[in-house]
Amino acid sequence: MSSNRTFPVSFFTVKTFVVRKYFFVAAIILLSPCLLNTGIFAQLPSFLIPPTEFKAFDTPNDAGETISLTWSISPSDAPDVFYVVYIDKDKNGDFEKEAIRIKSNASYRTAAPEIYGHKKSNGNYHYVQIFPKKVFNGETIDKRRVYYFKLAMVAGNNKIVLDTIASARAHGNWLHLKKTNNFLIMMTLSAIILYFIVHARQNPNMFLRKISGLDAVDEALGRATEMGKPVLFVHGLTGMGSISTIAATNILGRIARKIADYDANLKVVNNDPIVMSVSQEVVKESYLEAGRPDAYSPDNVFLVASEQFPYVAAVGGIMTRERPAANFFVGYFYAEALILAETGASTGAIQIAGTDAYTQLPFFITTCDYTLIGEELYAASAYLSREPMLMGTLRAQDVGKGILIVILILGTILASFGLTFITHLFEAF
Amino acid sequence: MNFLKRTIPLIIAFVMGVLMAMQYYVPHKLSQDLLEVVSKWDRIIAGFAVFIGAYSLLHLHWTRIKRKVEGWGYSVFVYFGAIITLLFGFLNGGKFFWNDKQDGTMFDWLYYYVQVPAGATIFSILAFFIASAAYRTFRARTNESTVLLIAAIVVMLGRVPIGNYISPYVPAIADWIMAVPNLAAKRGILLGVSLGAIATSLKIIFGIERSYLGGGD
Repeated sequence: MSSNRTFPVSFFTVKTFVVRKYFFVAAIILLSPCLLNTGIFAQLPSFLIPPTEFKAFDTPNDAGETISLTWSISPSDAPDVFYVVYIDKDKNGDFEKEAIRIKSNASYRTAAPEIYGHKKSNGNYHYVQIFPKKVFNGETIDKRRVYYFKLAMVAGNNKIVLDTIASARAHGNWLHLKKTNNFLIMMTLSAIILYFIVHARQNPNMFLRKISGLDAVDEALGRATEMGKPVLFVHGLTGMGSISTIAATNILGRIARKIADYDANLKVVNNDPIVMSVSQEVVKESYLEAGRPDAYSPDNVFLVASEQFPYVAAVGGIMTRERPAANFFVGYFYAEALILAETGASTGAIQIAGTDAYTQLPFFITTCDYTLIGEELYAASAYLSREPMLMGTLRAQDVGKGILIVILILGTILASFGLTFITHLFEAF
Repeated sequence: MNFLKRTIPLIIAFVMGVLMAMQYYVPHKLSQDLLEVVSKWDRIIAGFAVFIGAYSLLHLHWTRIKRKVEGWGYSVFVYFGAIITLLFGFLNGGKFFWNDKQDGTMFDWLYYYVQVPAGATIFSILAFFIASAAYRTFRARTNESTVLLIAAIVVMLGRVPIGNYISPYVPAIADWIMAVPNLAAKRGILLGVSLGAIATSLKIIFGIERSYLGGGD
């Protein structure tokens, strides 16, 4: 007990205190370079070495609203040293307007691979973009105006201004040249798809791989007809601007046509008024095609709620009260996917889901009898209709996948040997 | 009639489809302005479509009440909720709807203390559904579900401190499962989805897929 009590006293004895003082002094001397670097005890440099190669140019591949500036790094670059860019409309002006202020250890060309690529030397140059319109906010500016820039280096009260005046004029570009790779890929895939669409007309008996989820549609509709219970079609949460919703309405058309033939009852729930209007038209058209326009009721294609969880509550209520024999969940879903599918599963309905929301796919696979995964959602319309021209797109998708697999394998082999150019070839900007 | 209902929509779909696809590759101000205008049209159409949606909802529930179908009492609640919300929305805290929206009104109260908690309640049910779905899935009845079960156990353990206590390899294996096989599958799905989206877009732009147009007289 006594030793425990004396320890704090001995800790502050004179002798120990002197030893500890020297220890602290030695530690501070040894650690000072590190502390200076961290900025805790950073000292401002007494003199600044200015950067070089200060240049201004119109930012390529933009709408014509920005000017890019670049300059070399300086040995004086440090966390508390700043670069300040001054802008003026006149070459002989005062250059009092500050366009941008950045830390001298930030903003490098590496952040702009769309301009400078992936060169190792990019880390040796600073890069910033200036929006003259924002700097001269509220002032009327001629679109063709040339802007002049001066660069200053500031550290506390030290300031050096470079003599170089850089100038540039911002102008819009008609082509985003860095998207050329994207454009070429799109054109190639489009050409393949169009070729197979035309080819499909000449060869209508095309082989299609089996998609169990779509083969089960007839089974589900037959079950609903036999049981005299409705079929529930649940749209996802995205609007008509989403390609998943467009695919869902295409599938709805095919399902509605079959339901009209079977004389079953279809209910379509929506959470978006535009999707609802399109769905009403699609279902109406299908009933007309089937020669049963009298069986169509606009009240069966309705809006239940426009918010996510009220939508879930309303659809869940319909499932438990009306107990549909078959549920279709088609479109893009979020957190509501599992709640809807689990509620449906608890009612004993046969469930078919189709979504390209990969985060929700595991939930649908778990709770639904059949799930259309990703691309199968887009294949469904062609698969169900068996129209030759639509089926051509399925073959084209498979060919496209084949090409991508070859590129992936090639890229993996090249990357294994340190050749990464293929990665940059497919880079998106 | 067929020209108005079929040909013109197909021409609009083709022109706008090609135009907006090309817009992506043109960074010029005019191209950006076009995108903005089209986005505004979209918002305006969506604004008017709300009335169609509201009509659909109220008409449906009115029919249910009128016919006294099973569960018609819930439809009364729809009307009750709609009338109360509209009433407080129009009252706007005593400043009425022609003035700017006031803060702290009954309208806000209904949103913050009725709709938000009700939504949160529905969301919270998800936890129970995840448990029941996991139970069904993780029953090792087939080889695939056994693999899934083992992978799930490793990932779950790797995400909690006890996994590290069992072995430092558990979090490492969990990370590997997420970063390699899981990511590969995810990318595979995304590639397929992208191809499918291109194919669907082309079908619509070239008028091969027309079912979205609906029909009519």
